[in-house]
Amino acid sequence: MGDHHHGPAKGLSRWLFTTNHKDIGTMYLWFSFSMFILGGAFAMIIRAELFQPGMQLVEPAFFNQMTTLHGLVMVFGAIMPSFVGLANWMIPMMIGAPDMALPRMNNWSFWILPPAFLILAGTLFMEGGAPNFGWTFYAPLSTTYAPPSVTYFIFSIHVLGLSSIMGSINIIATVMNMRAPGMTYMKMPLFVWTWLITAFLLVAVMPVLAGAVTMMLMDIHFGTSFFSAAGGGDPVLFQHIFWFFGHPEVYIIILPAFGVVSQIIPTFARKPLFGYDSMVYATAAIAFLSFIVWAHHMYTVGMPVAGELFFMYATMLIAVPTGVKVFNWVTTMWRGAMTFETPMLFCMGFLVLFTIGGFTGLMLSIAPADFQYHDSYFVVAHFHYVMVAGAVFSMSAAVYYWLPKWCGRMYSETMGKTHFWISFIGFNIAFFPQHFVGLAGMPRRIPDYALQFADFNMMSSIGAFIYGASQILFLYNVVATIVAGKPTSEAKTWEGAEGLEWTVATPAPYHTFETPPQVR
Amino acid sequence: MLKVSSNPVVDTVVKLASTAVIMFAFVFVVMVPLYDVLCDALGINGKTNGEAYTSVQAGIDESRTVTIQFVATNNEGMPWDFGPSVTMMKVHPGASNDTVFHARNPLPEAMVAQAIPSVSPSRAAAYFHKTECFCFNQQPLDGDSAAEMPLQFIIDRDLPSDIHTITLSYTIFDVTDMVGGAIAAR
Repeated sequence: MGDHHHGPAKGLSRWLFTTNHKDIGTMYLWFSFSMFILGGAFAMIIRAELFQPGMQLVEPAFFNQMTTLHGLVMVFGAIMPSFVGLANWMIPMMIGAPDMALPRMNNWSFWILPPAFLILAGTLFMEGGAPNFGWTFYAPLSTTYAPPSVTYFIFSIHVLGLSSIMGSINIIATVMNMRAPGMTYMKMPLFVWTWLITAFLLVAVMPVLAGAVTMMLMDIHFGTSFFSAAGGGDPVLFQHIFWFFGHPEVYIIILPAFGVVSQIIPTFARKPLFGYDSMVYATAAIAFLSFIVWAHHMYTVGMPVAGELFFMYATMLIAVPTGVKVFNWVTTMWRGAMTFETPMLFCMGFLVLFTIGGFTGLMLSIAPADFQYHDSYFVVAHFHYVMVAGAVFSMSAAVYYWLPKWCGRMYSETMGKTHFWISFIGFNIAFFPQHFVGLAGMPRRIPDYALQFADFNMMSSIGAFIYGASQILFLYNVVATIVAGKPTSEAKTWEGAEGLEWTVATPAPYHTFETPPQVR
Repeated sequence: MLKVSSNPVVDTVVKLASTAVIMFAFVFVVMVPLYDVLCDALGINGKTNGEAYTSVQAGIDESRTVTIQFVATNNEGMPWDFGPSVTMMKVHPGASNDTVFHARNPLPEAMVAQAIPSVSPSRAAAYFHKTECFCFNQQPLDGDSAAEMPLQFIIDRDLPSDIHTITLSYTIFDVTDMVGGAIAAR
């Protein structure tokens, strides 16, 4: 190694102009965490209002803006960029590449994100308030009856869609072209596989979302009638287009989480992943099925019976590849020499809670039953079990798992486990009762509710406050590790860890794999 | 496979970027027209055909009587008085039937309206043929004036035998501001 290896530039310009995949990954991770806190603050306002029946703290109009922004910020600002950040950090190191294939585009795809969210959050201070039509922005609520700020919302969706598409193209180009010699597709770590498939999903459906908001823009400002019945359009068309994007989107969120869990469980079970090939095929099968199930979000719009049946059976079919995955994770642990460090705890929490979310999903897939569950708190409970306990738990697991490699310091195991248990307990207190109020008939997205739901809602709010507070502990843990964690220089932080990322020095040098490793 | 560039990274990027552009166009040129075609062909959403029915039915089936109900709704903010002259008719499949809807614009200024039909049960939509309908066109009305709007229809003789009642619902929309814009009225 010669002297031409220069480290990072100094000062602010390092971050503004960097093309280094580790720097960009770090920025994505911090940005997504700040969005997680912002979206979490919106959630706290929602739960504070719902702590007791009656109107307590905020106006109903503001409450609607909170539910809308909470959903948008969490999906597009917190979860998606966090996994893009992880992909930036880990994919080049996992496949033995020196950097991403398109480093300059990488810089751009990160730096257009903060302005997009600045615009979205800025709508809160505009006349008429922020978007208030729910994160699914159904027309005509989001067109005819939308506040003026909807135009800014559309622009920010366009920008963050562009960012996602560029990020995905970069990931696909990296994985397809920059693998180390000997790293065949079927030798790639599962995190790389799930991200490759996710990136293809993103390239296919983010433009569909862009199309949907473009049609809204045209309906609002240019006199077209895509979604207006008066002009010959149809509001139901909006729902079809939205969910044609929206269903693959939920797999875009969860597939990288599957990848993370598939990396971590073998490490702490000290056994190779059970059924690697079937994991890859199951991921591909889920991705394919995600395109033909979208209308299960709209059973109540008045579809023909044949349509309801098709979407019901296709949706139930997804349980098969997902079941393969859960089976493989459990079988990996079977008779393994297991230890329960923080990343493993989060993965096991993921496994239990995600499976519960999967089962409620199966309940929702039954078209005749869905007529009762539709738009109730049962749906809210379902998707928080898969989104929070699925995506966010696995993201926490990933941070604890790779943090020592990133910064060369070890986190405090006691504090990590405390974070896990508070999260796990708080999460379940917050969301488990929502199944009950939902089945009993409490609709989602309402600022007030009937008296019989009071106890469960108070419980739910207390759980949400506990879960929210546990994320402050998470922030403390990460900062404390970076600043004052116990230094470690072991290349392999975990005894059972496998993969190229554990062959480089700890902390990971600014440039890795400038000469590609040989994979056998 | 087709090679766009000898540089494999450029090749991948060009293909993926084209895919993204194609998917964006796909929404406009495939999904929207396909949705309309499917709704028309299958009668989904209770959409009736937007054009006048011209073929001839092979005689009247007097052995069967179908009840037709008429419903009228004003879309939010639409000030017109709008409704059917009769709320219910008993008709034979194959026979031509006439009725009128009345409309009155109570405001001093001229307005333009568009009525959007919907048939329930939606399965019956394909068998509800309109030979003449005010919903085929936009309806202008001067300020403070009224009009009778005709509807002429035939129930198809092939209407499934388990359907005894059909509800035809019209929602009337204020399209005064949209006239001149891109309107695909039906």
